[in-house]
Amino acid sequence: MNLDIAAMQVFNGISLFTILLLMSIGLAIVFGLMGVINMAHGELMALGAYMTYLTSVAFERYAPHWMGVYLFVAIPFAFLVTFAFGYVLERGFIRFFYNRPLDTLLATWGLSLILQQTYRSVFGAQEVSVPLPVWLSGAWEPIQGIQLPLTRLFIIGLTLVVAVGVYFLLNRTRWGLRVRAVMQNRAMSGAVGINTKQVDAMTFALGSGLAGIAGCVFTMIGSTNPGTGQIYIVDSFIVVVFGGVQSLLGTAFSAFTIAQSQTLLEYLMSGSMARVTILLLVIVVLYFRPNGLFATKSRS
Amino acid sequence: MSRIDRRNFIKTSGSLLAIGAASGAALLPGLASAEDSVKLGLLHSLSGTIAIAEASLVDAEKMAIEEINASGGVMGKKIEAVIEDGASDNAVFAEKARKLLERDKVAAIVGCYTSASRKAVLPALSKANGLLYYPTYYEGQEEDKHVIYTSQEATQSVIAAIEWMAREKGKTFFFVGSDYIYPRTCNKIAKPTVARLGGKVVGEEYAPLGHTEFSSIINKIKAAKPDCIYSTVVGGSNVAFYKQLRAAGLDGAKQTLLSTVVSENEIEGIGKDNAVGYYACMGYFQSLKNPANERFVKAFKAKYGQERAIGDPMECAYNSVYLWKAGVEKAKSFDPVKVAAASGGIQLDAPEGLVRVHATNHHVWKKVRVGKALPDGQFEIVWESPSLIEPNPFPKV
Repeated sequence: MNLDIAAMQVFNGISLFTILLLMSIGLAIVFGLMGVINMAHGELMALGAYMTYLTSVAFERYAPHWMGVYLFVAIPFAFLVTFAFGYVLERGFIRFFYNRPLDTLLATWGLSLILQQTYRSVFGAQEVSVPLPVWLSGAWEPIQGIQLPLTRLFIIGLTLVVAVGVYFLLNRTRWGLRVRAVMQNRAMSGAVGINTKQVDAMTFALGSGLAGIAGCVFTMIGSTNPGTGQIYIVDSFIVVVFGGVQSLLGTAFSAFTIAQSQTLLEYLMSGSMARVTILLLVIVVLYFRPNGLFATKSRS
Repeated sequence: MSRIDRRNFIKTSGSLLAIGAASGAALLPGLASAEDSVKLGLLHSLSGTIAIAEASLVDAEKMAIEEINASGGVMGKKIEAVIEDGASDNAVFAEKARKLLERDKVAAIVGCYTSASRKAVLPALSKANGLLYYPTYYEGQEEDKHVIYTSQEATQSVIAAIEWMAREKGKTFFFVGSDYIYPRTCNKIAKPTVARLGGKVVGEEYAPLGHTEFSSIINKIKAAKPDCIYSTVVGGSNVAFYKQLRAAGLDGAKQTLLSTVVSENEIEGIGKDNAVGYYACMGYFQSLKNPANERFVKAFKAKYGQERAIGDPMECAYNSVYLWKAGVEKAKSFDPVKVAAASGGIQLDAPEGLVRVHATNHHVWKKVRVGKALPDGQFEIVWESPSLIEPNPFPKV
């Protein structure tokens, strides 16, 4: 392996880290903090992707000369739509399944199938093509021989913004304080006057909205079809479980570990073998640390 | 006086209606009754993950059926399509095939896309002595007396594609595929071909099905610096692969890449910009210039919309219905066993040009072409095999 390739591999590792982090940060909130096993989380990402597609179509039709910046409209749009959808979903569906994890699993899986078929009916079974703004195509070449794809640089930047934003929201605002309080002790939070139902709905909606952002930016590197969400859901769960549910820092650390080992292993062996090795690694770690890398210690 | 209550009213009026309908049918000779129609099963995934590629095949098949019905049907009988959804689930395919054969008593089935779904319906076909027309390019390694394979098996496209690349673009090859039987078989066929031509395989990589992270494989390609990439990446992975190749600076202008699975339909999802300049090797391209194809494309677009693209499997699906018709007419019977026996040697002037069913192995002789993707999502045909290529589902490699 020469130096150029080695440098690009390191970059790939960082890029995959941010992709995995962006993918799982929504789930880390929904599953990690709230304990809802949402099998339809991937379909929320697909919803974000389709909203991006709709935005691009709208721009192409009504403001073709603004095509270059449509992404900056698509990201908040995808977030808002999935946020609103998540809110409705929690109020109308998920909340009836609290404390029934197995039922939640089946119900949300059913929901995921319904959503997939809905996308298929509305947008067609074929993949839709989401155009890439011109300024994001191609690669940045800092030194001769090292090409860093601009899309990946963009994702790295966006993930940093999102991750820092979520961290501040949960740890530095009164709303975040309420969320953490409710997740740690629901009864006591209610007793001190926090509207726990409202907090539940908003937290779930936030997690969904983040999935929408992830779905939006993944249109740059992957495909957008009714089954898109299925590709991401397993990886997201692995990252969250491996990192230790209830810990956002754990999610970040887990995404980093998995990304670095995956890019390294993929270079050394075949893609399938790399995947097998990663899963074995995760199983071994979970065997010795059943609560994941960063387990929160609690008295219960 | 008898009172007309609701039940009696429905009964009487129902039978009156039935009599009316029957006499109406007798009065109107154009209206088909059960006796002068024949059922043809169309069995594809209309829902689920494979529907991406498979659902549009039904459109082409329905169009062929309508055309045949408009010109008098098959041996005087109208074709009645019985459409079933395999739902991207092999068990459902098996069950629906049984239903079509045993309950609907279809004369033949046109269907399946993945090899796994085809394998799943074989027992039902064998039990009921049915006949399946399979319209997708596949890896070969099969020759079932109940199946007619109407697209190219692997040797027909792979050998031609490798020979073309070695002749035109260079002799070092990098193979990239999804990790399942089709890519592995294709590469098994490609390797001795590369060796025979004095070339070298500098890398062979497989990504898990559905994989979307190709950066490491792309770096391996950059390190190996091959003249040509031969790709058998399928499905959504393809979209990720093409997008990431382009982002990494290996676009169609700088790097030769040829795929035996990317047709016009896949390009719609990949994005026209991302595919420009890459090659594909197929039996059919929408841009083929001949009267039969021009008629076919025009009719399809008039029926389903101007923006629809037509890829190789859709054309093979369309041909399948006509090949079945020709088989029935040659056998002078709708009996699937007789139709299968009569099929060898049948020729069809298809949109892709002449195709001929092989005398013994149930596949078709056909030409293959290499096309270069253009910015409008169509292919410019840069090479065409000089003659029909013999299908060879069991190559010795």
